[in-house]
Amino acid sequence: MISILIFILFFSAGSIFFTLNVLKVRRNILLGKDINRKDNPSERWKIMTLVALGQKKMFERPIPALLHLFLYVAFIITQIELIEIICDGVLGHHRMFRPSLGSFYTFLVSFIEVLSVLAFIGTIAFLSRRNLLKVPRLVKSELNGWPKLDANFILLGEITLICFIFMMNGADEVLYNNGWSHASESKGTFGLAISSHLGPILFGGMSESSLHIIERIGWWGHLTMVFAFLNYLPYSKHFHILLAFPNVYFSNLLAKGKFTNLESVTNEVKLMFDPSAVVPPSDGAPMRFGAKDVTDLSWKQLLDSYTCTECGRCTSSCPANITGKLLSPRKIMMDTRDRLMEVGKNMDANKGEFKDDGKSLLGDYITAEELWACNSCNACVQECPVNIDPLSIIIDMRRFLVMEQSAASTELNMMFTNIENNGAPWQFSQADRLKWKDE
Amino acid sequence: MNELKVPTMAEFIGRGEVPEVLFWVGCAGSFDDRAKKITKAIVKILNHANVKFAVLGTEESCTGDPAKRAGNEFLFQMQAMNNITVLNGYEVKKIVTGCPHCYNTLKNEYPSLGGNYEVVHHTQLIQDLLNKGRIKIEGGSFKGKKITFHDPCYLGRGNDIYEAPREVMVNLEAELMEMKRSKANGLCCGAGGAQMFKESEKGTKEVNVERTEEALALNPDVIAVGCPFCNTMITDGVKHFNKEDKVKVLDVAELIAQAKDL
Repeated sequence: MISILIFILFFSAGSIFFTLNVLKVRRNILLGKDINRKDNPSERWKIMTLVALGQKKMFERPIPALLHLFLYVAFIITQIELIEIICDGVLGHHRMFRPSLGSFYTFLVSFIEVLSVLAFIGTIAFLSRRNLLKVPRLVKSELNGWPKLDANFILLGEITLICFIFMMNGADEVLYNNGWSHASESKGTFGLAISSHLGPILFGGMSESSLHIIERIGWWGHLTMVFAFLNYLPYSKHFHILLAFPNVYFSNLLAKGKFTNLESVTNEVKLMFDPSAVVPPSDGAPMRFGAKDVTDLSWKQLLDSYTCTECGRCTSSCPANITGKLLSPRKIMMDTRDRLMEVGKNMDANKGEFKDDGKSLLGDYITAEELWACNSCNACVQECPVNIDPLSIIIDMRRFLVMEQSAASTELNMMFTNIENNGAPWQFSQADRLKWKDE
Repeated sequence: MNELKVPTMAEFIGRGEVPEVLFWVGCAGSFDDRAKKITKAIVKILNHANVKFAVLGTEESCTGDPAKRAGNEFLFQMQAMNNITVLNGYEVKKIVTGCPHCYNTLKNEYPSLGGNYEVVHHTQLIQDLLNKGRIKIEGGSFKGKKITFHDPCYLGRGNDIYEAPREVMVNLEAELMEMKRSKANGLCCGAGGAQMFKESEKGTKEVNVERTEEALALNPDVIAVGCPFCNTMITDGVKHFNKEDKVKVLDVAELIAQAKDL
């Protein structure tokens, strides 16, 4: 009875804390400017099914894709066992799905066990790739400190979780072998793919009370790890396991080469061409061209930043980064999220109002040198397995640099002047535009 | 060599005629010495196929692409609105251009400012002319040569056009080879995002050198391109490796024109 109470308390506290944090993340994301990404729902469901659920873009790099698939499928399928754990916890049963599901239960839990072994292999491989093999994109400088620690925490957490599953099932198997399991009064075997062999090897010959303790450690451990993970998500890059789905759903469906036309600029230009032109009245907010801080970005760009799991495929395909420039598209996303979280904390500390802290995304996090190194080639956008768009942030910040701060380099200003005066980025007269014909 | 026939839009209108397509030459195609050769190759193909086309001539102005990529949205939209006024004044319906940057801007960024046209890249037009039998190529001077195609970012990833240039080149009966980073995974030449007009930031290597190195590793006779800016960057890259005597950098249009000895 007490264990049921503890379970319900633990479950409720974990769920409430998570919900509060998710609401905070949602509030932060909605600090972004409005943008319509709700059109064409059928296309959006399709792309979400293929890219998020189906991991389509991951398979551009087959080895990490396969290892990731082990973890991904194991994660999803293990939730079935979690449902049983929750039901058992609330109702005080033990393996309550087993009698009704029969052999299907054996199959299902065996399937989970096999996937758990594969996930274990995947996790070990991922740890090695980061810490031993030092795959270049996983050891870049922007990962120093917390991001590196975060990645290893997640992987160690996953290993721990898998160990708990096998403690639970393995010890229960030995209990059942001896007729001590709460699942059945007779002697027998659960017949599970892994634990019916692994259990006796690890725990065979142990006393009934030790086995019960190990089984409970496994059971509670599994549950604790799941809730620890859940509540760790909003603080971690691991949030992608949930946000990948909405983020891909709200993807840009248009050609990647197409950049937005700033409407505020269109209105100004229309007035320049025709002072009597009718333009929509401004909503009174001070106009800012381009982005200086996270609140100048769109909610989708902010959602992108929370979704980024720092895999670095973008950076490893970025021509600027490959050739040693400061720009790393991954860092653009990490900086955006870090600044957004800072703004969020500032609001929490000031009764929901942002108090000017004298900082901004541009300058304090992202430098002009990084922004100017971009080739706008869309390689980062193409690479991202969850359709994050670092390029749009780079361009929005360039717009601020050029239109609000007039901070373009002399060469670029010369190009602007040439276009303005000659209709070409070089110093040639527009009157000579057809001369090539006669040369 | 036949003389190039390059009628302007104004001449067409003066005769009370409408061309099939407007050829948007672009700034590089008009002023850059290397790119002018590409422009002429495109004209030779159009002339050869008897395509009724016109150019804007001195009425053409920069699409505003480099200004937009550099963050100067004002200048871009001013250019766009001026060009749209000219294009709409001539009731232009279809545009072909040899520059993927012009292509992308005209096709994607002009519509919401009032400029709606069917825009094709010259490789798409050539593909169409081949399909319709308006030009025919069977091998020619590049038969058996090793050619690798460098995807321009604003044609490839920017607009998902990967096949048109390749399908056109199949007619050359050459040995087409792919770089490891090709199509959607293609590596930029280093000119995009207004980099063409500035020194690059501090780094360990130039992007065009990285890209050309990859192309040269295939030991090609020709590195084919579909963009005047890629052409400049890759040509510089080939010179960097002192391979300009062995490896030619040619636009797809030049390959077709030279194969047919136009």
